[in-house]
Amino acid sequence: MSESVIVIIEHDRGTIASGSLEALTAARTVGADVMAAVCGGTDALAAACAGYGATVVVDLVHPLLDDYNPQAWGEAVAQLVAERSPTAVIACGTERGNETLAHVAASLDLPMVANALRLDNSAEASWTLTRVQWGGSLLEDVTLTGDVKLVSVSHHAVEMQPLPVTEERQTFAPALNDELIAGQVCDRVVRESGVTLTTAPVVVGGGRGVGSPEGFAPLEELAGLLGGVVGCSRAVTNNGWRNHTDQVGQTGTRIAPDIYFACGISGAIQHWVGAMASKKILAINIDKDANMVTRADYAVIGDLHQVIPAISEEIRRRRSA
Amino acid sequence: MAGLRIAVCVKRVPAPGSRINVTSDEQSVDAANLGFTTSPHEECAVEAAVQLAELHGGSATVFTLGPPEAEEQLRYAASVGIGGAVLVSAADGLNWDPQRTAAALTDAIGVVEARDGSFDMILFGNESADAGGFQVGIRVARALRRSVVNGAKGIDVGDASVTVRRAIDAGFEVYQLPRPCVIGVKEGINLPRYPTMKGRLASKKVAVEVIEGAGEPGGQVRLRLHRPAEKASSTIVLGHGPEAAPAVVDLLAELGLLV
Repeated sequence: MSESVIVIIEHDRGTIASGSLEALTAARTVGADVMAAVCGGTDALAAACAGYGATVVVDLVHPLLDDYNPQAWGEAVAQLVAERSPTAVIACGTERGNETLAHVAASLDLPMVANALRLDNSAEASWTLTRVQWGGSLLEDVTLTGDVKLVSVSHHAVEMQPLPVTEERQTFAPALNDELIAGQVCDRVVRESGVTLTTAPVVVGGGRGVGSPEGFAPLEELAGLLGGVVGCSRAVTNNGWRNHTDQVGQTGTRIAPDIYFACGISGAIQHWVGAMASKKILAINIDKDANMVTRADYAVIGDLHQVIPAISEEIRRRRSA
Repeated sequence: MAGLRIAVCVKRVPAPGSRINVTSDEQSVDAANLGFTTSPHEECAVEAAVQLAELHGGSATVFTLGPPEAEEQLRYAASVGIGGAVLVSAADGLNWDPQRTAAALTDAIGVVEARDGSFDMILFGNESADAGGFQVGIRVARALRRSVVNGAKGIDVGDASVTVRRAIDAGFEVYQLPRPCVIGVKEGINLPRYPTMKGRLASKKVAVEVIEGAGEPGGQVRLRLHRPAEKASSTIVLGHGPEAAPAVVDLLAELGLLV
């Protein structure tokens, strides 16, 4: 068996995902040779992989691999594994990373550990890993056996670190059944560009305490003043006050803004894990003992319907001064 | 189109509040003071199954792998309109790894399909709320040799194929799967209905078929559960009521957000 580790590279039509740079960084701790497996590869993607320590970049070449197709991507990586016998296959624990790796696991009938915090750098036949449960509210230590270890690394758990190397470009042409076309993206609708929950520097989130759909107007105003967007808790979407695309949490969007205003949000763990990557959290709540308040960096104790307009007013006052 | 046959797989999970505690043997969540619920994505998968059966005619069957108590989640699904229920019993404990879970569900689906005919669609939640293994639906699909896509925020059924919409950061992607297929559903695809009194009463009469879960353990073995180290939190209270506004804006200025 070679000492190589295959990393599944995720990209959106040529732009490498930050999670894949984290996966490349993590993979360097377990393999002498880090081999990036790229579907629909380009020179720029290969260069990006080499910038993070991939000494070999394998372009998986087949018409079914050009756009995202989890079934075909997984099958192609499984065939590469069969040919190269790596120690491990690593992906980032994103939607696509976990999905592709699960296809590899199903193809090869191997166990797969999703969302590990770091990789095991021992040379043992079985690995010991700590993985995320409940979106990060709980951790699970597991052992992982299997001739090839399949592991996704939880997104944001590993800090990406550049390591420029000279890469060897290779190609690999998997034999893919035409039926696999069924898994391909056949259309894509992209909304107008602008800040989203995942990219906004400021998120103003509202919970049950907002009280109604109309109650979000002052939150919208504050978000607008700060170039941010409005988010909400699951209670809000369950009440039909806002669309699920605005939901922050374990089953919604994970956010990481410079500051998160958590307004009228009690702070159930499912919400907390979606917000905890925020650099600062400011809770506005009438209940000083609310979980969100006690875990936040900052708090204002009071009625959000009075506090938020006052903050907006103060921002306007200072800007016009 | 003949009536659709839909299967939906759900998982019984604890309903935690603001904190999750672990039992003293570190093998499971301490649920002594907790209720149980269905994983949120799966609650939406149940609703999607009911809506599709209503729209196109047909029937839906709910499967769960779990302890005898998981009958509660099957009955809940029945109370919102699912007609059939199968408990794949995990008699020897709750801690089933993803490979073994997928194998047992595949077998149980096979038993039902061999008797009643193939399902046009098998719905899963995108991932379970507790273990979050991100793989059971895909393993079942591959074992049954059916196409599968995760992250579904919209499902439209055509004569021979199923169109699935999936959210991406700034829009959505569209996939077209041949029937039969497997779909991993995400919360937000719909707003699950609450059971009516009539539904609750009807759910008591739904027969629960029990299929013994078997299968060899897979290669991921739990050692222990534990809580992550919490950062020592000392919340800085900037003030009370609207009078706190200047302090909040001072903070925004300090963070460079007041440009």
